[in-house]
Amino acid sequence: MSISSDTLLLLLGITLMYSTPMVFAAQGSVISEVSGVVNIGIEGMMTIGAFTGAAVGYFSGNPWLGFICAGLAGAVFGLAHAFASVTCKADQTVCGIAMNLIGPGLALFLSRVFFDGATQTLPVVNKIPKLFGSRGLPGTLNNLNVDVTTVLALLVSIVMWYIFYRTTWGLHIRAVGEHPAAADTLGINVYKVRYVCVIISGMLAGLGGAAMTLAIVPQFMPTAISGQGFIAIAAVIFGKWTPHGGYLACLLFGFAQALTVVLGGGRFAVPSEILAMLPYILTVLILILFVGRASAPKANGVPYNKGSRV
Amino acid sequence: MAAEVSSKYAVQMHGITKRFGSFYALTDVDLDVEKGTIHSILGENGAGKSTLMNVLYGLYQADMGSIYIGGEKVDIKNPTAAIEHGIGMVHQHFMLVENFTVTQNIVLGSEPTKSGITLNMKQARKNVLEIVEKYGLDVNPDAKIRDITVGMQQRVEILKALYRGAEILILDEPTAVLTEQEIDELLAIMRNLIKDGKTIIIITHKLKEIQASSDMCTIIRRGHYIDTVPVKGVSEDDLATMMVGHAVKLVVDKAPSNPGRVVLDIQNLYVKNEQRINAVKDFNLQVRAGEIVGIAGIDGNGQQELMEAVNNLKRCKGKIILDGEEIQNRNPKYGIDRGMATIPADRHKDGLVLGFSVYENAILEKYRSEEYSPGGRIDRKKMRSFAEELIQAYDVRPEDCGPRLAGGLSGGNQQKIIIGREIANEPKLLIAIQPTRGLDVGAIENVHKMLINERDKGVAVLLISFELDEVMNVSDRIAVIYDGHIQQIFEQGTVDNRTLGRVMAGGTVDEEELKAVKAAVEAEDAAALAHDARLAAIEAGEEIPEEADKFATKAFTPVTRAEAEAGETAAEEAAMAAQAAADAPADIIAEAVAAIPTETPEAPAEATAAPAEAIEEPMTEAQVRENIRALEKQLEDTQKQLIAMQQKLSEMQ
Amino acid sequence: MKTSLRRKFFGNPFVLTIIAIVLGFAVASLILLLAGFPPKESIRTLIQSMIGRPKDIASVIIRSTPIIFTGLGVAFAIKTGLFNIGAEGQYVMGCVVATMVGSMLDFPKPVAVLMVVISAMLVSALYAGFVGLLKARLGIHEVITSIMLNWIALYFSNWICGLNFFHKPGTIGMYPVNDCTYTMILPMWKKTEEGQAFLASHPLLQETLGRTDLNIGFIVAVIAALVINYLLNSTRKGFELRAVGQNIHAARFAGINVNRSIVHAMMISGALCGLGAAFYVTGQSPHTVSTLSAFENVGFNGLSVAFIAFSSPIGCIFAGLLFGGLLYGGAGLQSKVGAPTEIINIVIGVIVFFCALSYLIPRFVDRLDAARENRRKLKRDAKAAAKAAKEAAKAAKKGGN
Repeated sequence: MSISSDTLLLLLGITLMYSTPMVFAAQGSVISEVSGVVNIGIEGMMTIGAFTGAAVGYFSGNPWLGFICAGLAGAVFGLAHAFASVTCKADQTVCGIAMNLIGPGLALFLSRVFFDGATQTLPVVNKIPKLFGSRGLPGTLNNLNVDVTTVLALLVSIVMWYIFYRTTWGLHIRAVGEHPAAADTLGINVYKVRYVCVIISGMLAGLGGAAMTLAIVPQFMPTAISGQGFIAIAAVIFGKWTPHGGYLACLLFGFAQALTVVLGGGRFAVPSEILAMLPYILTVLILILFVGRASAPKANGVPYNKGSRV
Repeated sequence: MAAEVSSKYAVQMHGITKRFGSFYALTDVDLDVEKGTIHSILGENGAGKSTLMNVLYGLYQADMGSIYIGGEKVDIKNPTAAIEHGIGMVHQHFMLVENFTVTQNIVLGSEPTKSGITLNMKQARKNVLEIVEKYGLDVNPDAKIRDITVGMQQRVEILKALYRGAEILILDEPTAVLTEQEIDELLAIMRNLIKDGKTIIIITHKLKEIQASSDMCTIIRRGHYIDTVPVKGVSEDDLATMMVGHAVKLVVDKAPSNPGRVVLDIQNLYVKNEQRINAVKDFNLQVRAGEIVGIAGIDGNGQQELMEAVNNLKRCKGKIILDGEEIQNRNPKYGIDRGMATIPADRHKDGLVLGFSVYENAILEKYRSEEYSPGGRIDRKKMRSFAEELIQAYDVRPEDCGPRLAGGLSGGNQQKIIIGREIANEPKLLIAIQPTRGLDVGAIENVHKMLINERDKGVAVLLISFELDEVMNVSDRIAVIYDGHIQQIFEQGTVDNRTLGRVMAGGTVDEEELKAVKAAVEAEDAAALAHDARLAAIEAGEEIPEEADKFATKAFTPVTRAEAEAGETAAEEAAMAAQAAADAPADIIAEAVAAIPTETPEAPAEATAAPAEAIEEPMTEAQVRENIRALEKQLEDTQKQLIAMQQKLSEMQ
Repeated sequence: MKTSLRRKFFGNPFVLTIIAIVLGFAVASLILLLAGFPPKESIRTLIQSMIGRPKDIASVIIRSTPIIFTGLGVAFAIKTGLFNIGAEGQYVMGCVVATMVGSMLDFPKPVAVLMVVISAMLVSALYAGFVGLLKARLGIHEVITSIMLNWIALYFSNWICGLNFFHKPGTIGMYPVNDCTYTMILPMWKKTEEGQAFLASHPLLQETLGRTDLNIGFIVAVIAALVINYLLNSTRKGFELRAVGQNIHAARFAGINVNRSIVHAMMISGALCGLGAAFYVTGQSPHTVSTLSAFENVGFNGLSVAFIAFSSPIGCIFAGLLFGGLLYGGAGLQSKVGAPTEIINIVIGVIVFFCALSYLIPRFVDRLDAARENRRKLKRDAKAAAKAAKEAAKAAKKGGN
């Protein structure tokens, strides 16, 4: 069977759509991990963002207000994670797991409180607009009429890249993740940098969640966020802890999902479940083939202890 | 005592006290460093010298005391404040981001920017090159840190400080990782800096270094200020005594070795490092039963890889033969089962499971034997009794540490457990890697004794150490490793530090030269003996024949000079001195030496006996008055003390 | 310095767990209060729904059993230095395989049960062992591979559910396992007339045994906990695994085969998850696996159980019961007070969060103790100095006379 340009456009459109929430989350994961804090709670932070976005979007009628509030909700979780892992030097993975329990728990709890005991919110009236408006583009080209959040995700990635490699902040963040003691002796406040990074991480994860429930689907439901946060973490490893690498890896995972959608409809012998496994199998394979650990930030996951005796 | 606050001093730290929990790291320490000088801070490991400097650099806050920079009182809350006051610090463990470039590392934290936050790396590079040229600190600004040598990395650290406009430079153990040549270069750089009006503070426990570099020296012992002395006119012995509090023997007592069969035979060994480059190449070495072979060398010349290959932690090419059997490319257990025991360099990483009890650590290798785990079940009674024996035999403290976690013990006691455990396996070959790292003087002596003891029992001992003095003092043969192979092997007592240093940096010594060196060393030994004898005789109150005294002093001087200048003439001079030392005064020295041991032990007994007798005698009026005065003074002192303590107490509450 | 009583008390993991649990409920109360539910009554209702009636207790035990198993698996892994976040995937694999095998078998009971149990354990062990192998051989962190394998397991399970051979028409699940593999207590007898009559005359048994799927899984879980405890603390293998977990470098140096240890530890951890899966499928209705749209969190809950138990195998039994109780009681909370059952996830999350922070408490107590010791020492010194001064004064006077 020949693959027409229509199919390609469709694939591209769906790829961009699916990858968008992950891109936000992946950038959040990158900034946290590069500063030296493992944030496995991305999934939970996305969920709370997804709910907040949809709920605020529903009640206010303004999707952008919902989007911003989603970021704030994620940031609050980021703050909690930063407090535990930076100030208290607790086990970052355990804290992350706690975030993943509290995030969805709180989201569903609040959903039931605000939406008459339902675990899903009512659809928002106004979704986040498409890039070329509701009239869109002619014919199959309309597949490229992506959500504005998709463009935002790309912008966030570019800004992140610029910050990382072209600004003093980026140099500081990377130094803190690689050798916090060195950064400290040069007057860089390790705690502050990590706090800011983890809070931004939570904020981006929250935005990612909202990108799901304000743009792709119009409401929050228990399965709105199911695994995107974890895939984002995989994408970061895949992308060797760089913003651009993370972005491209998200596109790849999005593409794998698009394949499931486009090709899974019985035209191929491959069952959709097997296709759905693809991104995960791919990650494991890449890890095996390119043994990825080498480029992880050196102090990733290691709490910095300023007061310890030299 | 503390000097008056004045602008002629670059740094003054008065009455510094620093506490960690209930542990006093520094108590009332003073430091006065004159502008434009090189000032050493001398002290043993853990004496508090690094803590003092970390206080100056703002990494720690002093609990009490004040700091003056150029005569002005300052409050240094953090490194940023220190940098603002023109203080720069080069840490012992370099604070460099490995996968950043030299330039990135130097400008980190105070980067030139284009518009507030955008980096201007071009400008940064230019700024760095300017300083590089000004002080002759040759280094490539674009290289990544992980690709450059340790010496270069140190320069980057110095550049970091200078880039921030440091006028006062703190160097923490700057020569620990350098070759002799690199040390010379560093000294030259330091002189350049002084010329430019900078002030340098060096933290060190190496006496020679102080002599070579510094103008003044402040000695700290167990967190207390001892003294500040001009370096010229003070001998190494005096410095050593002030550092440790009691006279230390710099040479280890041991009988000549009696080597037997070859136990370890390493043939044509090649081992690759992490970068897959041969770090050990064409390495050949034999260690016999009943001898200690020391491997001397600068860190990073293949010691790590050699140890890993011998312990079967790494694949290798070539042969490692243990008592006739090839053991290479197996697993660590293979060597252990065949009589190999290793005291690892990093006791926290490789030696102990810190989260295990001392009991469990004691059987870390034995646990798998049928004796200790019959049928797969650990015999706890057996484990306990063995561990208790070990604790007893090696005097591990506290005595009841058995059930406690090994992580809670002091470094010296942890090392005792490891050594005891390894020796308990009754090895044929004992490998000790940096066995005294981070231990205090008493513990070091202990470890050395244990190694020699094993040797005397017929064990082949291989010692790998970066401390040249340790290798020279303990080993029967000294094998110098350079660039992954044995550069040259020396018998103990035939070579001096300087020569070894040259070989460690890749040089060689030919027969002729070796003879001269050997003569010099013997001369030095003889002179040292004479010197010791003289000191001992003086201490014992023995009358020394004037001639012998003159000679002992004279014999001592030329050799130290020879040591400092090193060269043909010096060696000749030394040889001559040696000749003289060997010829003329042998009898005098012997006499002096003979005089000491019988006299000294008795002398103190007499001394203590004397006052006791004196008290019995009826006192004269003058004596009574004297006593009263003394007691009154005592009263005054204790009252002062009391007030101080009450003050402290109220502060606490 | 001697450890103070206070330090001993607050150094005890059990005490720390209790503190974390109390804080968890405190935070939950606050949230309930803010959401307009009476916190006191809610919590009372919650506890009542957990242990109010014998049936509830039986149900809590049934609900807890799989989580105790996964918790045990995770705790074992933690003790051996591994973070088995893949318990979820291993459990899912175990369920699928147990259902596959159990639905095909027709053997006498003990053999059938054994075969189901062994196949589930084996597959889960291999699934986890793969993660261990990648870590041991290639140094790939187990958390990353585990997360991936969890999703692969989920989709694998769904795929099997959809296969004609296993799919039970008219449902979204597979054919349930055959009766011969059931592990409930007296499952057949309960349904006979004789059994019905007997139960009717014994209300307590009727309520627990008759109305629930009370099965032997819990007993096996307790035995497993005891075995794991023994294995870890009293055997050669356990010594090795713990040594590797605590300090892999020292273990390697001491001649322990660390790569093998890592793989073995992961396999044992996975096998425990598989064991839990086998007893879930054979011991509780619907005795089958359905297509999943998201994880059922049995493995992830195991993580929380292990954290709350501070990785103690015995502790996992109690932590698992608490967890199972909260999950079960949460449903009652919703029906009786109207408070959303998700409050339970928040409670558990907060407990885990505070468990992660709880190590700060002994440290804080240490500092208090050190300060007190210091004060005492200064007092002693001052007293001694005062005494010395007095004596000196006396002596001076005497001398003066």
